[in-house]
Amino acid sequence: MPLMAAYIAALQRDLLLVMRRKTEVLTALFFFVIVTTLLPLGIGPEPDLLRKIAPGAMWIAALLATLLGLQRLFAADHADGTLEQMVLSPEPLSVIVAGKITAHWLVCGLPLVFLAPVIGLQFDLSSDAIGILMLTLLVGTPLLSLIGAIGAALTLGARGSALLVSLLVLPLYIPTLIFGAGAVESYIAGLGATGHLSLLGALLILAAAFAPWATTAALRISLE
Amino acid sequence: MINWFKYSSPSSFYPLAGRLIPVFWMLAAILGAIGLYIGFFIAPTDAQQGEGYRIIFIHVPASWMSMFIYCVMAFWSLMGLTFNTRLSGMMTSALAPTGALFAFLSLWTGALWGKPMWGAWWVWDARLTSELILFFLYLGYMALHAAIDDPRRADRAGALLSLVGVVNVPIIYFSVKWWNTLHQGASVSLTRSPSMASTMLWGMLIMALAFWAYTIAVALMRARTIMLEREATSEWVKHLPDVKEIA
Repeated sequence: MPLMAAYIAALQRDLLLVMRRKTEVLTALFFFVIVTTLLPLGIGPEPDLLRKIAPGAMWIAALLATLLGLQRLFAADHADGTLEQMVLSPEPLSVIVAGKITAHWLVCGLPLVFLAPVIGLQFDLSSDAIGILMLTLLVGTPLLSLIGAIGAALTLGARGSALLVSLLVLPLYIPTLIFGAGAVESYIAGLGATGHLSLLGALLILAAAFAPWATTAALRISLE
Repeated sequence: MINWFKYSSPSSFYPLAGRLIPVFWMLAAILGAIGLYIGFFIAPTDAQQGEGYRIIFIHVPASWMSMFIYCVMAFWSLMGLTFNTRLSGMMTSALAPTGALFAFLSLWTGALWGKPMWGAWWVWDARLTSELILFFLYLGYMALHAAIDDPRRADRAGALLSLVGVVNVPIIYFSVKWWNTLHQGASVSLTRSPSMASTMLWGMLIMALAFWAYTIAVALMRARTIMLEREATSEWVKHLPDVKEIA
C-alpha cells in the first residue's frame, strides 16, 4: 500500500519535527489554558454563570488554540523547499496533506480533549457534561484542523498571513462552534446531545472528504 | 456554434464592457427612480409599521444582491479555475467590493429598521447573523486578494476561497438557524409578516433590478480598470483610442 505508506510517512515526519521542538506545541496548549482561566476572571466567579458559559467559552478557546498551530502547518516546509518536493513526489499530494493534517490534529486538537476535564472542573461542570464536552471536542477538533488547513494553504506566502488566516478561517468555524457548544448546552438543558453530535459527525465526514482536496488545490496555487 | 470564449480575452472584452456600462447606468437610474417613486409615494402606509417600513425598498434588494453577488463570484471562480481564463478572476475581484457594500448596506438599513420596529438595533436572528457572516466572507476574500502580490495567484487563491465559502454559506445559515431556535430569546419572526400589498412587492422587485443594473455597471467599470492596470504593457492597451489620447 504505497498510499498508506506515504500517509504514515508524512504523519511520522511531522510528529517527529514537533517532538524535536516541543515548546511550539506547548505554547498553543498553554494558550488554551490561559484563555479559559482569564474568562472567569473577567466575567466573575459565580458558579451558575460559569456553568452557563463553560461550553461556549471552552469551544472558543479551542478554536483560537488550533488557529495558533495552523501557521506552522505548511509555512516551515514552504520556507525550506520541502513542500515543493512533496508536490513533485509520485504519491498524491492530497494523501501527504492528509497526513500533515492528522499530525496537526494529534498535536493541537487531541490534547485539548484531555485538558477539557481539568478546565471543565474550574467551570463547575458536572462529570456527565464534561464527558459530552470531551466527546464534542473529539469529533470537532479534527474538523477544525481540516478546515483550517485550507486557510493555511491559501495564505501561504501571502503578506501578513498569520492574521489573514484567522480572518479567513474563523467564519468557516462557526458551524463547528455552534454544534460543539450546542451539544453540551442542550445536554445540560436535558434535551440530549445526539442531534448536535450527529451533525458534528456529518460535518466531519464532509470535511474529511473535501478539505484535503481543497487544501491540495490551494497549495498548488500557492506554489505556482 | 457561438464562440463563448471570444469575449473571455481582455482585449475583446474591454470595448464590449465600455459599450455596456452606459446602458446599465441608464437602466440603474431609470429603474431606481421608478422603484423609489413607488416606494415613497405610491406604496400604501403599512398598518402596523407606519412609514418606517419604507426602508425595506432599500434593505430587501440590498440583502438579495449581497447573496446573489456571492453566488456570481463563485460562478466566475469556477469558470476561472476550470477554463483558466484571466477575465474570470478580474470579474470576481471586481464584484467583491460591491457585494461587501450591499451586505453592509443590508445590515445598516436592517439596524435602522429594527430600532423602531423591534426596539433593538440588533437581534441574534438567523438571517441577521448569516448576513453578518457573509459580510465577513467578503472581507476575507478581499483581504486574501490584496495580500498576494502576484495578481494571477491572487485570483486563483481567491477563487478557491469563494468556492469554499459558497459551500459553507448554506451550512452556516442552517447552523445559525438551529442555534437560534435553541436559544429562543426575545422571539422576533421575520417570516410572520402580514400579507404584502402588491405595490410594495413591485417596488422591491424594481429596486432589486435597479441594484442589479448598478452592480453590473460598477463591476464592469472596475473590471476595466483592473484590465488596464494588469495589462498596461500589452499591445492592445497601447492601441486603445482613450489611452492614445492621453499619451
